[in-house]
Amino acid sequence: MSDPITKTRLSNGLTLLLKEIHTAPLISSWMWYRVGSRDEVPPRTGISHWTEHMQFKGTRQFPAAVLDKSISRDGGTWNAFTYLDWTTYYETMPADKIELALRLEADRMVNSLFEEKEVESERTVVISEREGNENEPLFRLGEAIQHAAFRVHSYHHEIIGDLADLRSMTRSDLYHHYRTFYVPNNAILTLAGDFETQNMLKRIEQMHASIPSGPTPPRLKRDEPPAPGEIRLSVEGPGETTYMQIAYHFPAAAHPDFYSLTVLDSLLAGPSNLNMFGGGGISNKTSRLYRALVDREFAVSLSGGASVTLDPYLYTFSLTLHPKRKPEEVLNALDAEIQRVQNELVSPEEVARAIKQARAMFAYGSENITNQAFWLGYAEMFATYDWFLTYLDRLAAVTPGDIQKAAQAYFQPRNRVVGIYLPVGEAGA
Amino acid sequence: MMTGRRSSNSPAHGSLPGPEDIHRQVLPNGITVLGRSNFNSPSVVLSGYLTTGSLFDPVEKLGLADFASSALMRGTQKHTFDGLYAELEAVGASLGFDAGMHTTGFHGRALVEDLPLVLGLLSETMCQPVFPETEVEKLRSQLLTGLSIRNQDTSDMADLTFDEIFFRDHPYARPEDGHPETIKAIHRSDLAEYHRRCFGPRGMVIVIVGAVEPQQAVTAVQGVLGDWSNPDQAQDPGLPDFKPLTGTVRRHAPIPGKSQTDLVIGSAGPRRTDADYLAASLGNSVLGQFGLMGRVGDVVREKSGLAYYAYSSISAGIGPGAWTVSAGVNPANVDKAADLIIRELDKFVKDGVTREELADSQANFIGRLPLSLESNSGIAGALINIERYHLGLDYYQRYAGLVKAVSPEDVLQVARKFIDPNRLAIATAGV
Repeated sequence: MSDPITKTRLSNGLTLLLKEIHTAPLISSWMWYRVGSRDEVPPRTGISHWTEHMQFKGTRQFPAAVLDKSISRDGGTWNAFTYLDWTTYYETMPADKIELALRLEADRMVNSLFEEKEVESERTVVISEREGNENEPLFRLGEAIQHAAFRVHSYHHEIIGDLADLRSMTRSDLYHHYRTFYVPNNAILTLAGDFETQNMLKRIEQMHASIPSGPTPPRLKRDEPPAPGEIRLSVEGPGETTYMQIAYHFPAAAHPDFYSLTVLDSLLAGPSNLNMFGGGGISNKTSRLYRALVDREFAVSLSGGASVTLDPYLYTFSLTLHPKRKPEEVLNALDAEIQRVQNELVSPEEVARAIKQARAMFAYGSENITNQAFWLGYAEMFATYDWFLTYLDRLAAVTPGDIQKAAQAYFQPRNRVVGIYLPVGEAGA
Repeated sequence: MMTGRRSSNSPAHGSLPGPEDIHRQVLPNGITVLGRSNFNSPSVVLSGYLTTGSLFDPVEKLGLADFASSALMRGTQKHTFDGLYAELEAVGASLGFDAGMHTTGFHGRALVEDLPLVLGLLSETMCQPVFPETEVEKLRSQLLTGLSIRNQDTSDMADLTFDEIFFRDHPYARPEDGHPETIKAIHRSDLAEYHRRCFGPRGMVIVIVGAVEPQQAVTAVQGVLGDWSNPDQAQDPGLPDFKPLTGTVRRHAPIPGKSQTDLVIGSAGPRRTDADYLAASLGNSVLGQFGLMGRVGDVVREKSGLAYYAYSSISAGIGPGAWTVSAGVNPANVDKAADLIIRELDKFVKDGVTREELADSQANFIGRLPLSLESNSGIAGALINIERYHLGLDYYQRYAGLVKAVSPEDVLQVARKFIDPNRLAIATAGV
């Protein structure tokens, strides 16, 4: 996975990563800001996500009504995402139209208007988004688990924020958040596609170099103390289906144990797809937990995965229980499989399989220029692009002994939150 | 077998697929094979469909085609369920089937060196499934749980309810995944019988895109599927005439405990092969897609703040279509949102679109083509599209001209032809 990229920094602190790809006449551009829900405390939960929404509400140069049509008119596609640790805005355009995207991102880094009436209109939109999420049992269960797992660290609330704060936050709150975190020295611009690097660097410099840097935004850092013991919780709601999520505290993505745990994840629950684009992962039907839980009808489906984060977060198994099974017996069956991998070395063949699966998934993701541009910035949010470049090699170095140690260290009941969604028929809205 | 050599027919940089680089061949047993190479990628996609689907479901066994298509991967004459997936997952490959109304699709992906493996498994699962009893029962439990989840999902239930009230006696009113009572009524023998009767090479299409020479792909398909025959393969049962609505109908699917209600409002829409399809597609773009969900998104989300999503779509398939607007709103705002949407539909059929609005959408349709054709999956989808609807191998090369030829008058005409604001189906699901 060695691809030549250019990494540099403007005098105002904006970091740039560029990668030429000439397979299609497209360019994908991503502007990343180091701000996410972990930078929020009540009563401002959800502020980073709402700020992201406000970035689509216009500047003087690109009024809201103009802004959303300009990209589409040029045949581009665009979107934005707010995560725990970062917020990103991307455009993928025909190569000869990328100028618009670059001008847009430079402009809205500093000139978003945050008009009062737009703030109010967007308040109800974000609340509507939250209400849509609340329709999903797994959102409600996940929120409860996240809250229980993080008593201290600001990972403890959902990215969308709490309703109480969505109702009370003001334009002044949002604008202050924007001005604090949206500065070039807190941002990374990544581009992949059909351009010539030196030429593109000149264009970017023309558009971005004059944006003044700002004080380095403070990043909240409250380390979560070791879990005091296993936490169990239940959430009740409508429906007929019981769900269970078991979340273990996991290291940050840049931690050396992450690779052993990634291989372990593949063995236990099937390989996780780290690509944002590039379509679909691989099935998990020969994974240990599928065979133990789904084949033997404790569950009708199972998934597992870690999140790629700056600070230690969670690895979560998600199960849809078989209607004939009780949560306790499903948990016992899962625990038996975890104990197996803690007590016995896995085979080198299983490890080799996991590596091949990861290699295949990266190959699939490489077809997509938007995905390639995504990786340039994504890796820098919690590590550096080298993390992406060395990922497969680091995975290939994992041994059965490493996996056993990782299983023993991290998959302990005292280190987890067990959450059950119990269907109770009609429930209050 | 297949990798590495680029021929003179390889696509030029950034070129749109066309007759000079799409290879199409019909095998003696009726399978149509299409191939296009992409040596920029180390992987390969194989995708396609068989000409059987939910249309063949008996009413009392709705969901049969869907059940059977999932059951294909549950064991064959050569491999158990676990064995099939062991082969695939060992190399990071994937393969699956998915039944629709008229066709059953399949999609597989692998690193190019594993194409023979995936082709071989495709052939086995399609031609020699054995539907083991224990696996069928496990799958049934999974499908029934899926239906329980569906019945609690406001978006799924709004769509389902819309189909019921809009299509009424027409087969399109029936859900492809059936109902709990119909899934319980399906026996293992029904699956086997359905497969025996309805699966065969006639009408089958398979597309292979990736780091492989198209001619070699055809040879490979011939090798694993060329001998497949089913002289008794059932004919498509055809569709009855569709009777339009005579007035507005509403139905609400109550689902307690939900914070958001889903709303679907719709009218008739074009078939994919209708001459006015592109005019409808462009009109739909203006109505509820372009930018942040078009006019509908502007009115319901941007100006009124009522919804996170509000958009329009046209189904545009083989049979009668529907033109719908969908939104997710707080239960207290359903009527308000419905009124806003119906007013937009009124405006749309009264005044159509402006020249500028149409030009914006035309530019979008043409400009975004390279992005949709960037990956193997994107190209495979495009080739299936041109084959399914007989659009011609040069369709994407003619596409820009076809799009530019649509006028505002064409859009107004097609809007009036299909949408009647006094004869709408309005479906909601939620509290």
